[in-house]
Amino acid sequence: MPSRPGYSSTVAMDKVYLPRGSLGELYQALVDEGYEVIGPQEQQDAIVFAPLSGIEQLPWGRQEFTAPGQYRLDNASEQRAFHWNTGPQSFKPWLFKPQQVMWLGQETDDGIVFKAPVSDAKPRAFIGVRSCDIAALYLQDQHFMHGPHPDPWYSEQRRQLCIVAVNCSRAADTCFCVSTGDGPEATYGYDLLLDELDDGYLVQAKGERGNRILATLPTQGATPLQQRHAEEQLARAARQSRQMPDADTLKSLVEHLSDEQWLRIAERCLACGNCTSVCPTCFCSKQEAEQDLVSGEHQQVRVWDSCFSEQHGHIAGKNIRGEVSQRYRQWVLHKLATWQDQYQRSGCVGCGRCISWCPAAIDLVEEVNLMLGSRHD
Amino acid sequence: MTDFVPMTARLVAKTAEGDRLDTLHLKLNSDQPFGFEFGQFNMLAIPGIGEIPISIMGWQDDCLLHTVRGVGRVSDAMLALPEGSTLGLRGPFGNGWPLARFEGRDLVFITAGLGCAPVVAAINHAVTHRNRYRRIVILQGVKHHQDLLWQAKYDAWRDMGDCQVLLAASEEQKRKYHWRLGMVTELLAFAEFDPSHCAVMICGPEIMMLSAIPYLKQRQVADGDIYLSMERNFQCGQGLCGHCQLGPYFVCRDGPVFCYPDVKPWLGVKGF
Repeated sequence: MPSRPGYSSTVAMDKVYLPRGSLGELYQALVDEGYEVIGPQEQQDAIVFAPLSGIEQLPWGRQEFTAPGQYRLDNASEQRAFHWNTGPQSFKPWLFKPQQVMWLGQETDDGIVFKAPVSDAKPRAFIGVRSCDIAALYLQDQHFMHGPHPDPWYSEQRRQLCIVAVNCSRAADTCFCVSTGDGPEATYGYDLLLDELDDGYLVQAKGERGNRILATLPTQGATPLQQRHAEEQLARAARQSRQMPDADTLKSLVEHLSDEQWLRIAERCLACGNCTSVCPTCFCSKQEAEQDLVSGEHQQVRVWDSCFSEQHGHIAGKNIRGEVSQRYRQWVLHKLATWQDQYQRSGCVGCGRCISWCPAAIDLVEEVNLMLGSRHD
Repeated sequence: MTDFVPMTARLVAKTAEGDRLDTLHLKLNSDQPFGFEFGQFNMLAIPGIGEIPISIMGWQDDCLLHTVRGVGRVSDAMLALPEGSTLGLRGPFGNGWPLARFEGRDLVFITAGLGCAPVVAAINHAVTHRNRYRRIVILQGVKHHQDLLWQAKYDAWRDMGDCQVLLAASEEQKRKYHWRLGMVTELLAFAEFDPSHCAVMICGPEIMMLSAIPYLKQRQVADGDIYLSMERNFQCGQGLCGHCQLGPYFVCRDGPVFCYPDVKPWLGVKGF
């Protein structure tokens, strides 16, 4: 089997084959299990996760072309549903919402009454999730669910999640999941896992729920040839030009606090926060108070924040991160180095979104390699 | 303990402490016991205006004491609330001073700036339980003497047995009785305590902490006997919102009180 150092496929022998014409039955099985099905589709020239009314909505025959500062959809050479790698967002916005009401405060004759908002969590199944985004999900789980103050809104949706993952069959120019150890093959965190072939899917289930759904599908045994195709395309997806240094090397970034390269990056960085918005592991939020003068019911709302924002380092009357170079350093040192102390691994899963969606085309991997003086290509 | 949705507290009294500075006396509407440590903080909320972290200054007549300085939209609104108003309160959050661990030792308090409530709360506790601790040394620095809050408290502490109060004014021209001119850290030369059997609690700007530490080292105070109360942007109190991330910590959750060696690499680094 073709492979490269640092990557070896574990494509299992217990995969079965689902003909392409039966993909709709997988969709229906999820609906029958009571899930709202969320899947990739093309909206406003990007692949986004949105409620799926049927498999015809999937981005058939479309793929993205990415480069630093670039993301463009075009026709793919193959008529597949999952020939793309990433859209601007993982499924993070469905769990850690861009806006979340924290509490409501109602003015009454007896003073103020506080209450919790109604949750809109429900059983949701996501189709087309990639291994990098599953790794990101597990990091967000650590942050939002496994700390001393579990976030109730995240947790409630997380517990009702069904994941149909897809192994990547190709890698975008900005992908570097092999170097972070997070792909291109999904090895955990899914209920069902697909390998997309030209005429159908290899399907594998994990857990009771995944196996129950799989049992309802008209599958056949997978032929050795089909399995070989799946292995070959996984190996193709593992050929990636960018490489993030390993976790221990990344830890040494903390020795580069006064590196002049932070200043050179800051000359290009617009501090727009796009990188943190598209990052599937970034979790910063700020709180805003919204008044309703008519009803007297006010809301405290949590909205996504970014360590690139001017207010992020604000403490009564002073800003501890006034300079853009300090904010970029804050992001990188936390994400790649001190994150490891907090979550036992780096906060980067190699999805490459921050590279494609940076309007100044700053390439995180290149900058980090430059700073650490190690080129891996 | 309330995590995400505030409980209600009634503003039963306000004590004016200085210019745009009041102590709020808050009575919780719940009968549940409210356990806390000095050095911890609560998130106080006014619906439609916002929520801010305020450290716990004390507990008196079944009321939580919170000293609030008007420095922004929410704190200004809080000072404008009439007595009898209802506020939201979440907390307590973070780790306070491990005062029980300090029993039997000399206590050294170093603070600078206007009304460092976390330290004043700890001093009040030590004074109330005077026999649990040995000598108490209080070092306070301000810009001008009239900036000193709780002047009467300092006078009372000075008159107590085995308690030394040293005050410094950094921007005064003329010396006043009981005062020295200069920085609070310069007072350390006059502080009388047993360096091998003490706990030092520091609250104030990081630059002050950084200049106090070499003096303490000269006196051969062990790093592990130095505790710092750190200030960052706290918006959730739960280690979730990310603003107060410092090295391996979220200051709101893992602090705000830290043992010095734990935060040493990050202390005073510009931009963190």
